[in-house]
Formats: sequence, C-alpha cells, structure tokens
Amino acid sequence: MRTDISKINLESPYTDLTEGLKVFNGGTSKQFHTGEWRTNTPVFHADKCKQCLLCAPVCPDSSIPVKDGKRGDFLYDYCKGCGICAKACPFDAISMKEGK
Amino acid sequence: MAIRERMSGNEAVSYAIKQINPDVMPAFPITPSTEIPQYVSTYIANGEIDTEFIPVESEHSSMSAAVGASAAGARTLTATSSCGMALMWEELYIAASNRLPIALALVNRTLSGPININCDHTDSMGARDSGWIQIYSENNQEAYDNFVQAYRIAEHPDVRLPIMICQDGFITSHGVENISLLEDDLVKNFVGEYNPEEYLLNAGNPMALGTYSVTNFCMEANKLQEIAMENAKQVILDVAKEFEQISGRKYAFFEEYKLEDADYAMVIINSAAGTAKDAIDVLRESGKKVGLLKIRVFRPFPEDEIAKALAHVKGLAIMDRADSYRGGGGPLGVEVRSALFKNKVMLDSVNFIYGLGGRDFTTGDVADIFETLEDIVERGAKPVDYKYIGLREA
Amino acid sequence: MNKKANNNIEIRWHGRGGQGAKTAALLLADVAFKTGKYVQGFPEYGPERMGAPITAFNRISDGEIRVHSHIYRPDYVVVVDDSLLESVDVTAGLKKDGAIIVNTTMDASEVAEKLGGFEGNIVTIDAKKISMEALGKNYPNSPMLATAVAVSNVMDEDVFLDEMLNSYKHKFASKPEVIEGNMNALKMTLEEINRKVKAVA
Repeated sequence: MRTDISKINLESPYTDLTEGLKVFNGGTSKQFHTGEWRTNTPVFHADKCKQCLLCAPVCPDSSIPVKDGKRGDFLYDYCKGCGICAKACPFDAISMKEGK
Repeated sequence: MAIRERMSGNEAVSYAIKQINPDVMPAFPITPSTEIPQYVSTYIANGEIDTEFIPVESEHSSMSAAVGASAAGARTLTATSSCGMALMWEELYIAASNRLPIALALVNRTLSGPININCDHTDSMGARDSGWIQIYSENNQEAYDNFVQAYRIAEHPDVRLPIMICQDGFITSHGVENISLLEDDLVKNFVGEYNPEEYLLNAGNPMALGTYSVTNFCMEANKLQEIAMENAKQVILDVAKEFEQISGRKYAFFEEYKLEDADYAMVIINSAAGTAKDAIDVLRESGKKVGLLKIRVFRPFPEDEIAKALAHVKGLAIMDRADSYRGGGGPLGVEVRSALFKNKVMLDSVNFIYGLGGRDFTTGDVADIFETLEDIVERGAKPVDYKYIGLREA
Repeated sequence: MNKKANNNIEIRWHGRGGQGAKTAALLLADVAFKTGKYVQGFPEYGPERMGAPITAFNRISDGEIRVHSHIYRPDYVVVVDDSLLESVDVTAGLKKDGAIIVNTTMDASEVAEKLGGFEGNIVTIDAKKISMEALGKNYPNSPMLATAVAVSNVMDEDVFLDEMLNSYKHKFASKPEVIEGNMNALKMTLEEINRKVKAVA
C-alpha cells in the first residue's frame, strides 16, 4: 500500500489516495517547490557576512545551506521570501528586494 | 473445553484483554468503567501480561495517547464511560479518520445532566457518527465474546477503523453472572499477532500521519473512510463465523428472537433485550405473537437487513435508551424508520424512550409496550410517534 | 414455614453502605454458582456513601437467567440493619410463602410490629452476637449469608460449608487463623436457624 506521492495531484481520484491520507516515504516536501510563492526575495551579500550563522536556523524552509560551518547563497526553490533571515542578520549581509 | 465461570461484565472484558495481551492501554478512571483499568493494571502488576499501561490525566489524554500508540504500531485500547467519552470527543474522530484500529471498552452511562452515574446510551449514541464501529452486548458473555472479536474486525486491511464494544453500566458491568470463557490459547490464536504493514516507529520506512489536508483532498479521504465502514459489514460476519467455530456461539448484525412469525416486534439494544425475551416467552404462552430484534452492530448500520427481518411485522416498538432531543424521539427510532422507509416497509411503529439515568426496565414494561402496539393496530387507538415509558405521570 | 427445594429464587438485600450487603449478595452468587447454578448478583447504586440505604439482588436458577431488571416479587428479603425496617419498605412485593430475614436482637413478633403488623414469615438472627462469639469482631456478613442459604434452601448445607471452606482458604491464604472463626460463625448460624425453623414448623 506504499504509494508514490509524486503521482498524486489535484486531479487524483479518491481511489488513488491512501487510507487516512497517510504519506509514505520521508522528505516528500522536497518535491514541493514553495519558492514559487515568493513575492519578496532575500539577497545575500557575502562581503558583509561574518559567518555568525544566526540566519540559517531561523529559516522555516531550510533555504540557507550550511556546509563545513559556512553558509552559502540561498536555495530559492523553497524560499518563500518571509524575511526572517534579514531581520536576524546583525551585519546587513541580507537585504530584501521586491519580486522574485 | 469451555471454562465455566461467573464474573461481572467489567471483569469479563478485562479477562478478554488479559487473554489478548495488547501492547498499550492509556486510561483514566470513570464510573462505571473504572474496574476495567483496575483489573488490567492488576494483571500487569502480577506479571500476567506485559501491556504498557499509561496513567493519564484525563480522557482527552487517554484517547490522544491511544492515537499516538496505535499510530506508532501498537495494538492499543482504552476504557471509558459517559463524560469520559465526551472528553475524548475530538480524538474519537482523529482515531477514525487516521484509520487507527483502537479498541474501546465502553461501559454505557448517561451524560450529565442531571448528573447521574447510571446506565443509558446517551454516551455511545452521541458518538454514533464519529466513524467508530459500534458493537453492543446484552450481557457479560456477549461483552467478552465481542471484545475477543474486536481486533480481528478493526485491524482487517479492508477496514482499519477503531471499534467500541459497549455494555450497560452497572446492569451488566457490575452484575455477576455465569459466563463461558475460552482457553487462553484459543483466544490468542483467534486474535493473532498484530503486524501492521505501516506504522510510525518502523525504522527505515518513514511515513507521516495526520497531515493537513486541503479542501481538494478532504472529501476523498472521507469517502475512503466511508467505504471502510461499508467493508466492515462483511468482515464482521466473517469474523463471527470463525468465532462460532471456536466458541459454538453464533453472532450476526442482530439477534432475532421469536421474530419469524411475530405480528408485533421490539427493536432493542443491550441488557434490556434479556428482560424483553423473558416477557416475550410469557406473552407467547398466552397466544400473543410477539418477537424481538436485538441490534448488535449499530455502526455500520445494517439497515437493509433490519428492514427485511421486520417486513412481515404489523406493529413495531423501537426502543431508545437515549433521547435525541430533536422533538421527536431517539436515534434508533430515526435510523430504523429510515431503514423501513428506504425498503418500502410500511408499518405502525412507536419510538419508546426508556431506562434513562438507570430507570429500571421490567417485563411489565414490555407487556405494556406490546399492548400499546395492539391498541394501535387492532383496536383503532390513535397512533403514537414517540413516548417515554416508565415515567411518573400525573 | 416449610423448607422446600428451590429451583428459581429471587432475593433482595437491604443494608446500609459499608455493611457488606452487596458483598454478601455477591458471596451468595458465588457459592450458588459453585453448586452448579445459574446466578445473578448485582447492586443498585444510589448515593455511594457510608450509611446510605442500599439494595442488592440475587437470582439463583437451574436455567439461564436473562432478565436484567430489579427484583419486585422476591422470594426472600434479607435486612442487614434493623434500623431500615421502619424507613424502607423492605417487605414490598415479598411473596406470601417467602420470608424476611432480619439481623436483629428483636424477636419475630417485635419485628412484625415494626413492619406494621406484617403477617408473613419472619426469621430473626443476631448476627452481631454470633460474629462476636465466633470471631471476636462484628462482621455480620458470614452469619447473614448462612441465614440466607438456610432459609432459602438454595443448596445443601454441607455443600455450602464445603464451598465456603474452600473460599475462605483462598481468601484468607495469608491469615489462615481467621478461617476457623468464620466457619464457626456459619455453623452456629445454621444451627440457630434450623432450631428456629423447626420451632415454627
């Protein structure tokens, strides 16, 4: 009864859904690009960034990748442009711009 | 060999629980179901079973914990009555919609107010649309037998719905009567191990349960739940057939007692059915063609089968131990009449409200009820839509 | 009053919360069950308070018992506390050839007077006295149970004593010293009742 959630969409008949709408397999939200909803966009200014990493944990959508103790540029596939990271940054290393 | 014993209805259910040895039981005490968690925790303390007992701070928590435990993959149960069930209201729906095969030992007691600890069916009848399978028991024997069958029905892949096994508070829960028990091995083999295909604590096979559903998906999920309830009908009959093989006791959607040739019949639930049977025997001796249909399975509601069984009857008493306060009788009255109407069975019927708050129901009441039906059908008395019986009147 | 074999009897118990009327009814069901009968023992729950009047019921039969109502036409009534004689209608519905059993120091004629000139059979037993003599404590349950068995004749007295001995051995496994006292209470009661019944017959 495990189902491939990527095949379920708004047109799926009820017979294709799982009982109790159980969702099988982990990390299925990766298939859902919430970045499409974005109306404001954070911009990363690497030159001002001190790598304090206050921004990464406050991101609700895991759109700030951290590797080897350093953050990189935004992953815009999932960033909804909420602006929390820009508020959290003490060094003006993140600014918000209108639009995508 | 069956084991000849005597015990109360609460002990009978607890004994079934002991033989099944479920994984988790969260429970909070409430009269008259309190003895069930008491017995079970004693079995646990004595090392007779290894069920994980969770003492919780309310029934809201007991059903929440049951939902969590069942989702995690544990065979789960709880017990409650009356206001306790009312407090788990929200979680009843969660358990059903998440398709969790939890068993609930419900000991029927009225809901306040006036505050009262005695039996009527207000609690379970209120929860009749919560998506739970509901099976009712006339006596300690049926409470035991129904509980032994419960998980086989609830956990069936075509069903996967929670199930409540109901019996009358105090009348059967605290009444000691003879009972025929099955051997431990027989029950264990019949119920079997619980091996769900999917569960939350299944390492390496992650899943999510109870996720938010947007409008586009909610109705589809509801339809699947409704189909499961329809599927339960066949499963209930199949399980009953298998149970008969180990116990010799027959179960179906309902029991027909001297109904086949009856001109007048009574539809009733739980312990009062026994009283009615005794009264029917006496009335039969005086030539009255009276009979009874005792509903065992109320959810799913076997409406076509009920209508068929009553099709030849001239006058029908539909007995409700709960009032719907709709200004016209109780829930069973509505559902039975709807079943008859749908099946084009036209007969005179009276919806009697009886036994509220533990009001005693006697063989004399049964005789009066059949007399009322006769008056309407044979002697041209004015038809009655619904009526309280056993009420003090000026 | 004649002793007769009983196949189907109904007993109503009246007591006060905490006096053990319910326990006695359940014990009677228990011992009758062990002699092969179908039994019912159940209480009526009112206000659950020490001292409040309570009622308990027994049905004992050779056949399956289906009825689930209270008992309105009892064969026997057992009154565990004689202060109830005037406050509760204890003889309500009592069958003419039945009997009322009362735990009291009064004699039958005094009880009849308390019951407003009751004309049916009355059996009195001083359960407190027997209990004090046999056990040194006032536990009226055992004498009342034995009286109910002797008067209702629901089972053979020897069978009753055997079953009660088994039951006490199980119940008092950790304090076997009280078994003898309880058995004595039963035996003293049976002797007393048989003497009284003979006197009446």
